[in-house]
Amino acid sequence: MTPARAEAVREIFRPGGPADERTLLSTGSDISQAPSAGEVAADRFFRAATMAVAWFTVFLVFWVVLSIGRQALPSLRTYGVAFLTDTVWDANRNAFGILPAIVGTLYSSILGLVIGTIFGLAIAIFLSEKFLATGLDACLAFLGLADNAWFASLPSRLENLLRITIELLAAIPSVVYGLWGIFIVIPIIRPPANWLHAHLGWIPFFGTSLSGPGLLPASIVLAIMVLPTISAISRDALVAVPPKLREAAFGMGATRWEAILAIFLPTAATGIFGAVILGFGRALGETMALAMLAGNANVISWSLFSPANTLAALLANHFPEAGKPEVAALMYAALVLLAITLIVNIVGTLILQRAEAGLKGLR
Amino acid sequence: MRIARTTAMPIAATVAGLILAGLSLHRGWPARARLVSEAQAATTLQGTGATFPAPLYQKWFTEYNKAHPDVEVNYQALGSGAGIKQFQQHLVDFGASDAAMTDEEMAAVPEGVVLLPMTAGSVVLAYNLPDLTQPLKLSRDAYVGIFLGRITQWNDPTIAKANPGVTLPDTRIQPVVRSDGSGTTFVFTSHLSAISEAWKSGPGAGKSVNFPSAVAGKGNPGVAALIKQTPGAIGYVEYGYAIQTHMPMAALENKSGKYITADLNSGKDALGSVELPANLRAWITDPTGANSYPIVTYTWLLCYKKYKDPQKLATLKAVIEYGLGAGQGFSPDLGYIPLPPNVIEADKKALAGIS
Amino acid sequence: MERPPNRTAVTSEVDLESLERSLRRPRTLLSFTLSALTGLATFAALFPLFSVLYMLAKQGLAGLSLATLSELPPAAMAPGGGIGNAIVGTFVVVAIASVISVPLGILAAIYIVEFGPETRIAAAVRFAAKVLTGLPSILAGVFAFAVVVATTGEFSAPAGGVALALLMVPTVLLTAEEAIKRVPARMREAAIGMGATPTQVVTQVIVPTGAPAILTGVMLAVARAAGETAPLLFTALFSNYWMSTTHPLFLPKTMSDLMRPTASLAVLIYNFSGSPFDNQIALAWTAALVLVVIVLVFNVIGQSLAGRSSD
Repeated sequence: MTPARAEAVREIFRPGGPADERTLLSTGSDISQAPSAGEVAADRFFRAATMAVAWFTVFLVFWVVLSIGRQALPSLRTYGVAFLTDTVWDANRNAFGILPAIVGTLYSSILGLVIGTIFGLAIAIFLSEKFLATGLDACLAFLGLADNAWFASLPSRLENLLRITIELLAAIPSVVYGLWGIFIVIPIIRPPANWLHAHLGWIPFFGTSLSGPGLLPASIVLAIMVLPTISAISRDALVAVPPKLREAAFGMGATRWEAILAIFLPTAATGIFGAVILGFGRALGETMALAMLAGNANVISWSLFSPANTLAALLANHFPEAGKPEVAALMYAALVLLAITLIVNIVGTLILQRAEAGLKGLR
Repeated sequence: MRIARTTAMPIAATVAGLILAGLSLHRGWPARARLVSEAQAATTLQGTGATFPAPLYQKWFTEYNKAHPDVEVNYQALGSGAGIKQFQQHLVDFGASDAAMTDEEMAAVPEGVVLLPMTAGSVVLAYNLPDLTQPLKLSRDAYVGIFLGRITQWNDPTIAKANPGVTLPDTRIQPVVRSDGSGTTFVFTSHLSAISEAWKSGPGAGKSVNFPSAVAGKGNPGVAALIKQTPGAIGYVEYGYAIQTHMPMAALENKSGKYITADLNSGKDALGSVELPANLRAWITDPTGANSYPIVTYTWLLCYKKYKDPQKLATLKAVIEYGLGAGQGFSPDLGYIPLPPNVIEADKKALAGIS
Repeated sequence: MERPPNRTAVTSEVDLESLERSLRRPRTLLSFTLSALTGLATFAALFPLFSVLYMLAKQGLAGLSLATLSELPPAAMAPGGGIGNAIVGTFVVVAIASVISVPLGILAAIYIVEFGPETRIAAAVRFAAKVLTGLPSILAGVFAFAVVVATTGEFSAPAGGVALALLMVPTVLLTAEEAIKRVPARMREAAIGMGATPTQVVTQVIVPTGAPAILTGVMLAVARAAGETAPLLFTALFSNYWMSTTHPLFLPKTMSDLMRPTASLAVLIYNFSGSPFDNQIALAWTAALVLVVIVLVFNVIGQSLAGRSSD
């Protein structure tokens, strides 16, 4: 097939173009032509190449796991399961345990997730249930501008702008959030945190004062980072709630929030849950914000204001300088991180697939 | 493809054009580029290691680069731990550490190692107590107790005892330590081990140890930054970092019971209390002089005994000789202690042994 | 919505009062309160974004000058300095990552849509891509260290490129898959009918048609990669020098220019964010501004391509 003829095919089917087989036929009677031997050979080669590349991407996953696993092997043998429950990381004595890092990873991620879910869900509801539109419509009607074409399109445009703005949150690199966290978040939350510690210090969550880096600032930044994921997927789940459910709820006289709480959220629950799990996966693997804001201290504490450590930050801090036994221990930690994130991500993906399948029945 | 061409290309072209226009406006750029292109091909030396002497080293290397534009020495201050490890792995041309390599660590380098002390400096305890106007004195019990996590309030009686007439604030002490493997940590903890049994049998000495209840920053700059940002914090940094960031430092009780502030003289005094052996390794854990500042160390450049590339070897030797000669002149300004003449002599002798 | 015409007839039977919305009734009050809270939460969530953008504009713009953009990073305690080599380095490392990941992702996508759909390999590739999407970025760095740095014996731009490529592959692959799927089947059939081999169908009809959407994925992947820090920490490391001083744009000219530690904006921000020196902190903000602008430009290009292709 000559490039000219390929161009003809693309031209005919171009969106808005003359998508008509008759036009195609009229472009020439010799349009059809058997491929030459060279073309067939090239075809075989190209297909084999794409298949090889496809295999390679699968192999890539194994390669990553193997290259980490192989180097983790010595420490897997030496430390075994105790590695997961020991609390000391001391390269001098070859004593390695990652319990504080595991706890810190889970604690900071869950905390970030709770904050991120509250706000992310609020945004998802706000955007999917046309709050902005109704509010603005009311304002416009009040001002008598509802019939003006430009103003009438304003609510949907603003809604779009809001959605893009939230997506923008996801585009900002985590290292920039880390920088912002150091110079903005920590100074802002330090006084209220220390007030809480001084007055409510008997509650374990406020058990220490916040000197600077710690769990809470790290979790706040994590929350901002998972928020776009959660709000986007939750919004999709809420929008996917079948219209007949919507109409039935309002038809029975439910207020907007009765409908949301009793009908829409439960219907979209699986999808929202999947979104939360995927956000969890992202939070678990996040490195920079934690390395910059969590304080890198190997302690286990209930306190939101205590410094902490995470698996990813442990790797970032210790990997460049580790000697042989420590590298093996770090690879073991990397393997644990890989396992946790893999499981969480697979579970999240499966839940989302199930949510999709579940809604099909309702449509 | 048509659509892609019509949108992406103009945007890409505009961005590229703006960058090019910006560059051509800036006269320094092409001029400097031309200057170098006329010179011979650049020789690059790669080094990683201690953050403790990094300001001085980087000053040397940029000054040297100004005089010899064909020589670039890229020094990445990742910490002594990383310096030693990457040196062992042959990822760099030289390493740097303020903890001299141990025999065991040197055995991992088949062609042999030459340790060259390049400068010396004091490790100080800098603190952040905005309301405190008088200088703070810390007894040996006090600073060991603080880093052991036993003394947690600034108005603790142990601290108050050495500071009569000073109103100490009722705030929590936040110790700040290093997150990376660090020669500064090694020097500091070796000193603590030397003066306290409890420390020796507890956290011990090393490039990274387990500090109870501390927050950790990366490198000397990271620790200095954390102290600066955290009210109630105290942490150990190289003297120059505390001076340059205008942070107060505690006067520490030395072996003879006197409270000494870190400066050039008290540092020199401490260095004088040890004689460097032939292998140029010495650990000054607790200097004996009456006016010695208690925590002082040499810091070492790690070189291979044999280099394959003769040009690299010649360049490295020239750069080190520059550091030992004219380079020592920058030391006092940046907060380092110039090497005593006998150490410079010993260094030059060792340098000759590298081939 | 049209109003029911026989409204008056209904009102005679129903108490009109009870249909009026009144805030005094608990149901409505609850609904109103929750609405207000939701609106509040939504706008509260926007605060960080505006705060970040405000700080970038305030601190970043303050330090932005031709000198900052073109000079080398300062040593500790040295005044001034710039981020020039980090900008060049970021582009070089991301370019290397793109050269590796874009063909890989697109070819694999072609296979799973065109040549082997419904096969076990296709399912495995999709699963692998999903798994790689969730790979913590620091582990990409660990992998590249083990595979590239440990074997070549150098921290280098290609090592950083490999780490970033690993993170770009799934994005490129999954978006390319969607893009290729959306090419109308009739175009395929027409091309086949003209005697095109499957390869010709793909390279001359499907890929050119899907190009805008494929490029969207590439742009988004590039935007993400440019902002990544963790994978570069122990692969590309950092450098205080230009990759090459002889090239007018300081791009690497020889293999040895390339095979050495390379600066990047992301690592510069990380290094200088923990600095006690004001000039370095100021540079971190300026670098953050430049990085965010780069990332947003790629995002906007990607989005505009996506917008056009869906027309």
